[in-house]
Amino acid sequence: MLTAAEVSALVLSIKAASLSLLLILPPGLLIGWILAKLSFPGKSLLNTVVMLPMVLPPVVSGFFLLILLSKRGPIGGLLFRFFGLEIVFSWLAVVLAISVLSFPLLVRGIVTAMEAVNPHLENAARTLGASPLKVFFTVTLPLSYRGIIGGAIMGFSRSLGEFGATMMVAGNIPGKTQTLPLAIYNFVQIGQDLSAYRLVFLSTLIAFATLWIAERLYIKR
Amino acid sequence: MTPYLFILLSFACLFIGCSGEELVVFGAMSLTDALTEISERFGEVREVKVHCNFAGSSTLQRQIEKGAPADVFISASPKQIDALQGEGLIYEDTRRAILSNRLVLVAPVNSPLAMTDVGTLVQDSIRRIAIGEPNSVPAGIYGKETLTHLRVWAAVQPKLIPSADVRSTLAYVESGEVDVGIVYQTDAAISKKVRIIYQFPDSGHSPIVYPAAVLRDTGHKVLAQAFLEYLQTAEVAAIFEKYGFSVVN
Repeated sequence: MLTAAEVSALVLSIKAASLSLLLILPPGLLIGWILAKLSFPGKSLLNTVVMLPMVLPPVVSGFFLLILLSKRGPIGGLLFRFFGLEIVFSWLAVVLAISVLSFPLLVRGIVTAMEAVNPHLENAARTLGASPLKVFFTVTLPLSYRGIIGGAIMGFSRSLGEFGATMMVAGNIPGKTQTLPLAIYNFVQIGQDLSAYRLVFLSTLIAFATLWIAERLYIKR
Repeated sequence: MTPYLFILLSFACLFIGCSGEELVVFGAMSLTDALTEISERFGEVREVKVHCNFAGSSTLQRQIEKGAPADVFISASPKQIDALQGEGLIYEDTRRAILSNRLVLVAPVNSPLAMTDVGTLVQDSIRRIAIGEPNSVPAGIYGKETLTHLRVWAAVQPKLIPSADVRSTLAYVESGEVDVGIVYQTDAAISKKVRIIYQFPDSGHSPIVYPAAVLRDTGHKVLAQAFLEYLQTAEVAAIFEKYGFSVVN
């Protein structure tokens, strides 16, 4: 039904998107909580920086990543010198690219959900002697989990669809960095339209399913 | 209402504006520099506007098949023109071979790599090899033929970083993210950041020939033919040779 190349693109995409989600969930929760519950000078600046990859052209985000991560760049240079890690054109570059690009979607879901939690409940817990950490895990988190899952799903599907930034930092290497959208692009380029059709169908199916689940979670609230 | 109308009309002018004859040339990525210069000259001589669109030959082939408005196509290998000919999208009588090129291996200019024979590609000192996508990009197809002919294709395959066109391969080498790249001699010549470390034998791949043809969808067949004839004048040959191409007679 699917050729080996198609399966590998599909598996690679899902693996990378899952790992990326695991990576960005903890910082996403932290920053989401900060943006939802605290007020401090520079808050809108933080918000803007976090949300930037959502409005920047993905190729531009990819270009920034390429500069930072390349062997001659500030971060990539250090990683190469101390760990011998070459990030550009590697699987890790895919994960990093989609993490950066899907982070704003995750955070936005978390912020919206946490803002909706009644602060009186959190204050009540605090006056009863709960530590801020305990308030977070026993009050804020359980009351906002639907929105968090929604944000995670949106981020996940953004990851599956990422094209521009991935192309810039990870290239388009079959079996290594070629994700679903890149594989579709490649199949169209080399004229294997049938493979492209199959992957397009799969992508649409996945997008539909994720959006539908997210929608259901929001409606139930 | 008046400013709105004015803006609307200005936009309309943008689309109608250019009234003189125009020629759209689709050219293989490796022709970028030479063909840009030549097109400008042709434009001055004939007082027409020549627009060039450069991309991987396979990309251009797809674009033409999907109905892109082009008058002339110059491919980096016969494969794409053959396909278009089979689909009846070119004027067969206008088809001609105009250039030839050679395949080389380049490394970043400060790279200590030395290459005595092709076996070096298999060794661990070379971890990443940039190459045009080996099934569609001409430079990649020639590269695959050569490496297969030299019996190292299977061994180097895990090291390959495929790219969408030959200039991307060149850029990968320039950035230093790959150890070596397979490009044309003419690409190596335009970059100060790479040096040629190996010249592949011409016998290892099918001849690198750039065929050109007038496209069936053209609205300016006469002008397009004149352009192809201009490409074969002595004046233009000098420009092509300046960039390292060999002119086919």
